Amino acid sequence: MTTHSDPPQESFRLSMLLYDTRYRSMTIQVVALIGFMLAAAWLINNTMQNLAALGKPVEFGFFTEPSSYDINQHILEYDSRDTHLRASFIGLLNTIIVAVLGCVTATIVGVLVGVLRLSKNWLVAKIMAVYVEMFRNVPVLLWIVLAMAILIESLPRPSAFRGDDPDATMKIFDSVALTNRGVYVPEPLLSNSLGNIHLFGQSSLRMDVSLDLLALVVVLGLSIFAARKVTARAERIQNATGERPTTWYINLGIILIPSAILLTALGLHLGYPELKGFNFGGGIHMRNSLIALWMALGLYTAAFVAEIVRAGILAVSHGQTEAAAALGLRPNRVMQLVVLPQALRVIVPPLISQYLNLTKNSSLAIAVGYMDITGTLGGITMNQTGRELECVLLLMLVYLTLSLIISSVMNWYNNRVKLVER
Amino acid sequence: MKKSVFLGALTVAGLTAGAAAAATLDDIKARGKLNCGVTTGLVGFAAPDANGEWQGFDVAVCRAVAAAVLEDKTAVEFVPTTGKTRFTALASGEVDMLARNTTWTLTRDVDLKNEFVGINYYDGQGFMIPKALGVTSAKELNGATVCIQTGTTTELNLADFFRANDMEYEPVPIETNAEAQQQYLAGACDVYTTDSSGLAATRATFENPSDHVILPEIISKEPLGPLVRHGDQAWGDIVRWTLNALISAEENGLTSANVEELAEKGTDKPEVNRILGVEGNLGEMLGLDDRWAVRAIAAGGNYGELFAKHIGEDTPVGLARGLNALWTDGGLMYAPPFR
Amino acid sequence: MTQKAFVRTEMLPEQDPPPTEAGIVGWIRENLFSGWLNTLLTLLAIGVIYYVLSGLLPWIFQSVWNAGSLDECREIMKATWGETHGHACWAVIKDRWLQLLYGFYPPYPVYPDANFGEAPVGHWLPAYFRPNLALVLLFAALAPVLFDRVPRKMLVFTAIYPFVMPWLMWGGSVWTPVGIAAGFAILFAVIRYGQVAMGFLLAVIVGVLAALLWWGLIMGYVTAGLDQIVPIAIPSVESREFGGFMLAILIGVVAIGLSLPIGIVLALGRRSDLLIIKSLSVGFIELIRGVPLITLLFVASVLLNYFMPPGTDFDIIMRVMIMVTVFASAYTAEVIRGGLAALPKGQYEGADSLGLDYWQAQRLIIMPQALKISIPGIVSTFIGVFKDTTLVSIIGLLDPIGLSQGIRANQEWNGIYWELFAFIALLFFVTCFGMSRYSMWLERKLQKGH
Repeated sequence: MTTHSDPPQESFRLSMLLYDTRYRSMTIQVVALIGFMLAAAWLINNTMQNLAALGKPVEFGFFTEPSSYDINQHILEYDSRDTHLRASFIGLLNTIIVAVLGCVTATIVGVLVGVLRLSKNWLVAKIMAVYVEMFRNVPVLLWIVLAMAILIESLPRPSAFRGDDPDATMKIFDSVALTNRGVYVPEPLLSNSLGNIHLFGQSSLRMDVSLDLLALVVVLGLSIFAARKVTARAERIQNATGERPTTWYINLGIILIPSAILLTALGLHLGYPELKGFNFGGGIHMRNSLIALWMALGLYTAAFVAEIVRAGILAVSHGQTEAAAALGLRPNRVMQLVVLPQALRVIVPPLISQYLNLTKNSSLAIAVGYMDITGTLGGITMNQTGRELECVLLLMLVYLTLSLIISSVMNWYNNRVKLVER
Repeated sequence: MKKSVFLGALTVAGLTAGAAAAATLDDIKARGKLNCGVTTGLVGFAAPDANGEWQGFDVAVCRAVAAAVLEDKTAVEFVPTTGKTRFTALASGEVDMLARNTTWTLTRDVDLKNEFVGINYYDGQGFMIPKALGVTSAKELNGATVCIQTGTTTELNLADFFRANDMEYEPVPIETNAEAQQQYLAGACDVYTTDSSGLAATRATFENPSDHVILPEIISKEPLGPLVRHGDQAWGDIVRWTLNALISAEENGLTSANVEELAEKGTDKPEVNRILGVEGNLGEMLGLDDRWAVRAIAAGGNYGELFAKHIGEDTPVGLARGLNALWTDGGLMYAPPFR
Repeated sequence: MTQKAFVRTEMLPEQDPPPTEAGIVGWIRENLFSGWLNTLLTLLAIGVIYYVLSGLLPWIFQSVWNAGSLDECREIMKATWGETHGHACWAVIKDRWLQLLYGFYPPYPVYPDANFGEAPVGHWLPAYFRPNLALVLLFAALAPVLFDRVPRKMLVFTAIYPFVMPWLMWGGSVWTPVGIAAGFAILFAVIRYGQVAMGFLLAVIVGVLAALLWWGLIMGYVTAGLDQIVPIAIPSVESREFGGFMLAILIGVVAIGLSLPIGIVLALGRRSDLLIIKSLSVGFIELIRGVPLITLLFVASVLLNYFMPPGTDFDIIMRVMIMVTVFASAYTAEVIRGGLAALPKGQYEGADSLGLDYWQAQRLIIMPQALKISIPGIVSTFIGVFKDTTLVSIIGLLDPIGLSQGIRANQEWNGIYWELFAFIALLFFVTCFGMSRYSMWLERKLQKGH
């Protein structure tokens, strides 16, 4: 019988936690975790002690109290009897509005400026360079304040539109009024509206969804689906016969005609703004604060986007364009088929962070009195209720969620356009 | 090297981090400075001049308290606070008192754990509007665009007023008075509403003040006064009685010019003597010396002098005493007896 | 046979290009008017330039420099040009520029009551000597990091600067910064000489403990004693008196300086294999990068004192510096992570094959290279943070924008607007533009280096 003996078991010594690489990483992690938890506990304990000393327990009951203040821009119904939660929700919607408007503007202006900076026209390229440097090197807060000042000082006041021989007139066939309280544009009105669906009862998130809008979205969706089918068919024919049937007018018709019929059936007409009492009434009122913030954020971010676009285009190697030209592609096809798809891969990731920055910078709205979430939840609500801890933490949570949503959407898009590597 | 940057600054933090214990008076004496929260700038009430010296009616209250407590009216650190940060600055011990035209309300007193020690200005919210619009009453403001300063009680009053009168309005919230003034002058709003003292102060700086009217309606009561933290009654008493001493001084004819002299000689009025510390031991009860009130009055003058110097009719702000006259002249300024 | 063919043996002299293709005319044709679209763009551009300059130039140059108040300004304008519109009143800048630059920092801290107008008797140092010196020294300290040609020995000064700067700015006893520095000397010495006896990791732990012991318990007595024996001190300045452009620079420099070590740790944590360390780092970085700076400043202004033990009272500028540092750290960490990721894998493998352990590899091979390629990114983070310091005006600090509100609340300058903002914008533009040029130059240099 042979005796099997295990190799001598190395006894565990305490110092191995530090010196043995098998255990060391464990030790470090455990120490870090304990340290982190201790620090967190310390902070929370301090906060509790301080709040207890002040007699202000952490509670969110104030959210159901009436807010008692008015918000000028509210796309959902709101008045001063609504709750603080409702006011915060309205503020959040305002944040989203300005962020979306700003991102769209920044992208359009940014791409334009970025391309023009590479223009062969010396003067144009220089002007664009000046624009980029000017906006990039001055704080965005200053731009927001300046944009507001320019709007207020340079546009006419509503009273200037009054009288038989007014100092100011409405633009574009008397339909748009540019005043220093904001821009009034005609609003689409429906005479045979389908009405609204009321969602979420009487809660703070209640909202009316217009059935007309819903119908339009459904019709447009169906049209686009049909148009895609037509394009796919054209593709098949091209693959089979080598000849592509002309489809653009069919597509245009499929997309436009059903919507036009729907809108006519609903009785679409425009409501024009007109001077009533102190202000213009009717039409859509885009307030100064919105325009100033939108323009300042849009143009500021556009300067960064322009640099990103320029770098992206320059990053496509010259060989690619030359090869494309050698294949006999026309310059616009070269741009469309060769340069842009490649540049896009370089452009999209930094563009995401610019969108994030813009959304975060929209919190500077309070400088011009735009009632976004910082102005409502982190502004008047915090001020009137004195619940700083609850308000600020919630505010941070809201922004964090917004940021995460934007970055996940954009990352999804980025993954789609990403170069598929072997 | 990199880490050293971190710790270098930590020391600095350590140097300036002091302890805010319960006894505010002891802290102030140990520090040798009074930390006083003021606005970031409001004409007549508090604003820094070219040398960085703070001037104004609220500032003068801080100086009087510093003179009473520290025997030096310049031993004040003025901490500019916004509407948002003022109460937390007080609660966290960053400032010892706030003199920042703050309205005394129940919520602020009870829920936000502050202690209002008195009223140095009786105010009310009013409306200013260009004369050219031809409006004579606030009831005619239906549909108007109204500039308001955020972070104050005014936006709440405004919402209540328009709701109660069943009128529409368009609020334009603005952070600072200077900004509001610019918007109002440019016609971006029809009406500017804030405390009527602020309206008068603002109107005073216009190129053509007479083109603007302040409407007769006062839609709220705005008793403005200095406040301290809850929980240190002794310190609250000192600030309260310093303010009372200034008011009493006016009532009894004590001015910055004669107070020192009268304190030397004494007078034949027992109450005046008690204020001057010639008789009784009022100062000792407060934890100060006998001459505390003399120094407070000598710092800038009595209530009337301060009013005349910073916001009175001869200044550009040009406010009449009105409600803020002494009770003997038909106003509301009424100091409890020094006894 | 005779050669019939004609072969030219010398070159013809080159002809001048036609005048429309050369010189200025040619350049203009080439760059401005080649084709109808280009011509249209050029004309449009000229129109825009004319429109902007025709409004701006008279405003800037036909202006009033000497006046005591806005009203005076307006009177002078009326007398000179007959209108008050379209002319700048630079008198406000002339009156308040020192305030916009330095806030309420005492010009002669030795004489607290002195104004900047006239130097006090017997005072030979120029006004604002201390902040100016701190700024000059900052450049001296940064030089060896930013430029290759500067002698390496200057790095010693870079190491000293973090102790000199706070002392210059805040003042007080010289022994406090010396004491702090001594703590680092202890830490360094223990690691250096204890390494052999105890091994690296243990030496670090012992060193940190020793340094903490020194700072926490011993230093106070030693510095107090030294103060008694050799009292060297300069008058101290409260952080509340800091303001203006100086405050913006100070917050920016402190935040970036402190964010470097924190950022390195976070970046290493994020690239680490250790799950807990990695999640903590990622969580911190994404949390901070996901919220706007203004909410962090709200934390600084209303919450930070709640987080500290009861009785602690940091002043607001300290709290803002802490939160801006936290903010900058997350961004610096990402920049450094980018630098680490950009290093070729061979560098890591090379370090491993030499038998270096993790920290040795980081210290000797990875970090020096990663930091070097991160410098342009760090500079642009700095520009961003520096511009963002204007946000502190929202919580009531007196940075240039905050001061401009204070100035406008003054009787004399109530109603002035554009001049102040133009001046502030110019200050920021010059500084940020300079830095971004440097960063571009560096980027180009680094590209060539590879």
